[in-house]
Amino acid sequence: MKVNVHLFARARDVAGASTVTMDLPPGARVGDVRRLLAERYPALASLLERSALAVNDEFAEETLTLPQGAEVALLPPVSGGA
Amino acid sequence: MIRLTTEPINYAALTEQVRRNDCGAVALFLGTVRELTEERQTLALDYEAYPAMAEKKMAEIEGETRERWPVGEMAMVHRLGHLKLGDVSVAVAVSCPHRSQAFEACRFAIDRVKEIVPIWKKENWADGSTEWVHPT
Repeated sequence: MKVNVHLFARARDVAGASTVTMDLPPGARVGDVRRLLAERYPALASLLERSALAVNDEFAEETLTLPQGAEVALLPPVSGGA
Repeated sequence: MIRLTTEPINYAALTEQVRRNDCGAVALFLGTVRELTEERQTLALDYEAYPAMAEKKMAEIEGETRERWPVGEMAMVHRLGHLKLGDVSVAVAVSCPHRSQAFEACRFAIDRVKEIVPIWKKENWADGSTEWVHPT
C-alpha cells in the first residue's frame, strides 16, 4: 500500500521534499516508516531519533499498524510558542 | 477559540473576547519575537505548522485546561509565517472567577503549546544564516 509521509522544518530541508511516498506491505507499522526514512535519508538519522511520528493527526506508537490510506507525518521536536 | 493565522494577532480584541461577568480575572500571555538568544542576534523568525494537527492539539489543550480550572472563556492564537522582532507569535487569553486560577490556567496552556503542538520556528540570525529550532 502507498503511504504519504509529510516532512516538516529541518527534516523537510534535509530530505529536500515535503512529502515522501512509500510503498509498504500490508500490516506495516509506524516503526517501518521510521526505518525506511533512515535508509532513504541517512542525513536525517540523528533528527529522526528525536522525532515523533503522527498517523492521521495523532501521535503514534512505533507498533501501531498503519491503517489503509494513512496520512503519516514526521514531527521533529516542536518549537512553537514564544 | 483556537486559531492559526498569518495575520498580526489582535490581542486586545482577543482579551476582550474572553471577558465575562462571572469571571473576575483575565490572564493574557503573549509570546513575542526576542532579539537575543544568549549571545546570538535574531532578525526574524519563520513559523510553520502541520495545520490540521496543530489545531487539533490546541483544542485538546483547551479541554485539558478546562478540566483543571473553572475557565469561563479561553482563546489561543498562533501566528505563522515570517515574523519580525517584537511581533506577537502566540497569544493565550483565559478568564476565570479568580486570579490564581486564571494565571495557572494560562501558564498551563502556553506550556502545553510548547510541548505538543506541531509548530516549528526557524531563526534568521543577524549573520545571515538560518536554523530550524528543534529543542533537545
